[in-house]
Amino acid sequence: MRLLVEPAKVGVLVFVAAILQVTLFSSAEILGGTPDVVLLTLVAIALLRGSIYGASAGFAAGFIVDTATLGTLGVTSLLLTIAGYWIGRYGETTGQDRAHAPFVSVAVMTVLVQFGALFLHYMLGDPVSARVVLLDALPAKVLLNLILTLPVYALVRRALAFATTSEGATEVQLLG
Amino acid sequence: MAGLLVFLSVVLITIYFREPSNGGLHGVQSAGATVLRPFEVGAERIAQPFRDAYGWFAGLVHAKSENSRLRAEVDKYRQLAIQNEGAAQVNSDLKKQLGYVGSPQFPGDYNDVPTDIIGRSPSEFDQQLTVAAGTSSGIRAGNPVVNADGLIGLVTKVAHDTAQVTLLTDPELKVSAIDLATQASGMVAAGQARGTLILDRVSKAQKIQQNDLIVTQGWRFGDLSSHYPRGIPIGTVSGASQSDLDLFWNVQVHPSVDFGDIRSVLVLVPKNHRR
Repeated sequence: MRLLVEPAKVGVLVFVAAILQVTLFSSAEILGGTPDVVLLTLVAIALLRGSIYGASAGFAAGFIVDTATLGTLGVTSLLLTIAGYWIGRYGETTGQDRAHAPFVSVAVMTVLVQFGALFLHYMLGDPVSARVVLLDALPAKVLLNLILTLPVYALVRRALAFATTSEGATEVQLLG
Repeated sequence: MAGLLVFLSVVLITIYFREPSNGGLHGVQSAGATVLRPFEVGAERIAQPFRDAYGWFAGLVHAKSENSRLRAEVDKYRQLAIQNEGAAQVNSDLKKQLGYVGSPQFPGDYNDVPTDIIGRSPSEFDQQLTVAAGTSSGIRAGNPVVNADGLIGLVTKVAHDTAQVTLLTDPELKVSAIDLATQASGMVAAGQARGTLILDRVSKAQKIQQNDLIVTQGWRFGDLSSHYPRGIPIGTVSGASQSDLDLFWNVQVHPSVDFGDIRSVLVLVPKNHRR
């Protein structure tokens, strides 16, 4: 049963986060930046359920965002798949049971995703202003994401624990 | 598993980037956007009262100073309207006598499709909106998008029930424009800072003054014509400078439209017009 319920709950969370991001949070510009609720939800899912869920949720979230905004299909998926996998691995290894793990993950991933997106858009030939993306928007985005980390993480943890017993990410022993 | 998803993402980017706009993947995206549309509209409607409440309180802060400024503007424009009405009548008569053929005029040569904003691009890389009308409402790529304040942007992608609007503040969009007072012409593009505009390619021989209104030029060359009809407000000149080394004026334009607070738009769909 858990095999079906868990992916369904993750799917619903990702879908709701993507729709809210596209309709509400992208227009909530504060101090020049906008919060990224999709990334926050992804961080929480990946930390709580591991790298496979993280990568899958990242791909699905990116696909929904690109579909809803009629953007280039695959761009957001690529970034969020890698982000979800990395956070998942961090959650399975050094980040397990660390209270600061969500905050560290959100801060680092917000910066890395932004740099990754800049690189990807540059490679695709889109005219982008590094100043606007990195100087004007990034500091405010990191701040807003950090402010929202705790409530989003708590909500996701509650939603994932609903109707199932939470096991958390499986610990992995690193070899070599 | 993660490697497979990364590979799949790269495949999606490659196919989407290379196929034409009526390709298979674009079709899948269009169908997906149609499925997502009710959810976006629903979320937008739920959020609307909260936005309105915020806007109401935010508006109260500036209401008094704005009221006196707007009263002064109304007086000024009332006078101008009276003068313009007479000039428009003379202009119309002269055009009839000359058999003058011009570029498409707004609003006469356009049907407007009013529509809601149902989404915004979540990244800072694309200054784009998603609107709740598409090909089913007659919208095509290349249709200009306006609101009561002025030009917002251009429809760049269309699905059956949604369309993507690229804003004037996106680096990819450039609009030929003129200074309404001096007739100096140039190209409006996104400025260096976010949400700002510049008027580029204005030669030094032309005149530019602070607070001049910049509007779309609406050019026509043979069978080709601009996407934008003439005379849609873009913004006002907030600063202009030149140096001996520059070939053109450096003109900063303050946009007429508040791009952070767009709730609904009009998509201008050309009527059957020789373009």
